[in-house]
Amino acid sequence: MSERQNKPRRVVNESGIEIKTAYTAADVEASGGFNHVGEPGRFPFTRGIHGEMYRKRPWTMRQYAGFGNAADTNQRFKFLIANGQTGLNVAFDLPTQIGFDSDSPMAEGEVGRVGMAVDTLRDFEVAFDGIDLEQITVSLTVNGSAAILIAMYLVMAEKRGYDVAKLRGTAQNDILKEFIGRGTWIFPVEPSMKLVGDTIEYCAQHAPKYSPVSVCGYHIRESGANPAQEMAYAFCIAKAYADETLKRGLHIDEFAGRLSFNFNIFGNLFEQVAKFRAARGLWAKIMKEEYGAQDPGSMWMRMIAAGGGGGLTKEQPELNIVRGAYYALISALSGTQTMALCSYDEAYTIPTEHSARISLRTMQLLIEEMGLTETVDPLGGSWYVETLTNQMRDKMVETMADIDRRGGIVSLVAQGLAQAAVSAQAYQMQKRIESGDFPKVGVNCYRMEEEEAKVEFHPYDEDDAKAQVAALDTIRAERDGRKVQTALDRVEADARAGVNVMPALIEAVRAYASVGEITDRLVTVYGRYREPVVF
Amino acid sequence: MSDRRIRVLVAKPGLDGHDQGAKIVVRGLIDAGFEVIYTGLRQTPIAVANAALEEGVDVIGLSSMAGSHLPFCRKLRPLLDERGLGDKVCLIGGNIPAADFDELRALGFTGIFPTSSKIAAIADFIKERVQ
Repeated sequence: MSERQNKPRRVVNESGIEIKTAYTAADVEASGGFNHVGEPGRFPFTRGIHGEMYRKRPWTMRQYAGFGNAADTNQRFKFLIANGQTGLNVAFDLPTQIGFDSDSPMAEGEVGRVGMAVDTLRDFEVAFDGIDLEQITVSLTVNGSAAILIAMYLVMAEKRGYDVAKLRGTAQNDILKEFIGRGTWIFPVEPSMKLVGDTIEYCAQHAPKYSPVSVCGYHIRESGANPAQEMAYAFCIAKAYADETLKRGLHIDEFAGRLSFNFNIFGNLFEQVAKFRAARGLWAKIMKEEYGAQDPGSMWMRMIAAGGGGGLTKEQPELNIVRGAYYALISALSGTQTMALCSYDEAYTIPTEHSARISLRTMQLLIEEMGLTETVDPLGGSWYVETLTNQMRDKMVETMADIDRRGGIVSLVAQGLAQAAVSAQAYQMQKRIESGDFPKVGVNCYRMEEEEAKVEFHPYDEDDAKAQVAALDTIRAERDGRKVQTALDRVEADARAGVNVMPALIEAVRAYASVGEITDRLVTVYGRYREPVVF
Repeated sequence: MSDRRIRVLVAKPGLDGHDQGAKIVVRGLIDAGFEVIYTGLRQTPIAVANAALEEGVDVIGLSSMAGSHLPFCRKLRPLLDERGLGDKVCLIGGNIPAADFDELRALGFTGIFPTSSKIAAIADFIKERVQ
């Protein structure tokens, strides 16, 4: 007997839209018509930002990876590239993300645990050794200390002989969402916004192919937002960064083309596909009509469809391989530029080589066997999907207006109110899962008595941390101490003067000043964020 | 202590920023009638021990998702004992592998609630131990 037999007949998706049994052209008309659809590669880009999409080039495969020290991580990068991965997505340990050196008391027990430890430029030199940075683009998953690590990446590439003006790559560098979920903030909201503006401005002028920000709906969704809210929050945040940069006197077309997005892919397939299609059209419209962008590139919602961690379960973990395949299908049907899948063991540990390869092969299967790269926007024209696309857009617009009415995203984050709203929803969802109202296979239906799954744990090696600290000591002894002090003094002075700190950061990392040393100087000027606890 | 509501400290140890679970537990325990004090992120062992003392809590709960729970609990235990808090009920939840359960129990973390535990189970455990 099916466990679903007694479920209510009324169906409402996570974003709050009632779903009908069948759709016709009349439903599309009633929801706003077909005007949003257009052609792939043409405004409003609902169907995709490129006309040829995956025929020209399949999505970039960019699994999140990094652990231990730079040498360990370099090996994993080479393993992934040897297995057909086409981009890198670097995981940093928490001390690096929060601006503590490996020898800081705050770093104890955390060095190299959830990502690679980075103290100085030397770590970047080792991590990317032997990797062709033109063939393999690198995404740095870092936020609080992003300005420092962007500087480090640019200097490392330049020392390797690359022309920074042509260098491609991405940094996550989305600090507002860190205050809502993920939590690797360092400085208060206002100077944090200023630093994001500094990175965008500097890259627009010196590294115009580099994407200095990837605005993440992803973690806001993981923290409790529904799919429509995920996009609404991300767009409000992206607009806040654009506004911050416009204050510097740049024109929107000088930087908007390098803004990118990071979105989540778990949940109902049709709701996600409609979400991405609606959001592409909405972002293009915002850029064109509100910001006066003229370059189509400024209107593109370039994105990585990532993870799906919030949909994976600890129970019956093999099912996560299947979920991952569906999530990858959603991403491909949604026209993403880049894809990263959570591995099946992520509820337990950081992925092993084995599980990371399964995720990579999942994407390769879609490319090679399933025909997903042949035709752009294959669900376009479906009455259901087009109706839902209209309805999802309306939900996003409504949520964005609500955020603005309540004072705007920066103010809501500073007061802790955005955090509270999202976590209240996470609690409601937890109650729905616990009551069985929201089905989750293996969790509240089709359960099995199971021992804790036999998952191979990625080993954490305390000796790695000791070696990292010893290496940092050596660098401190070998570098030109006077140069370091001068550079650090300049960082502090520039921060105090309110000018763009990127040139000073470049000079500091070039002198092998450490992430912690630089962060401390910035903290002297900016202070540290104090988390408002609001329930 | 029958008239007094049970006081629970919920803390996020170390640098881990994943607080969705901790905040769900806070809300769930408030709804279940407990008085809950939430520390926010980035708590050191000393900060947790001091907060437990200052707030006069009956229960100390940690939520850890990023794998550094064992070194943290090893440091926290003597700090609790020094402050005369050795008899407080200690809970830990989050991404806690079964292989670590024995050592955590030996350190006094008798309530272990790994990912996907139910809020009611946490509430029942506290009620049984404290009253």
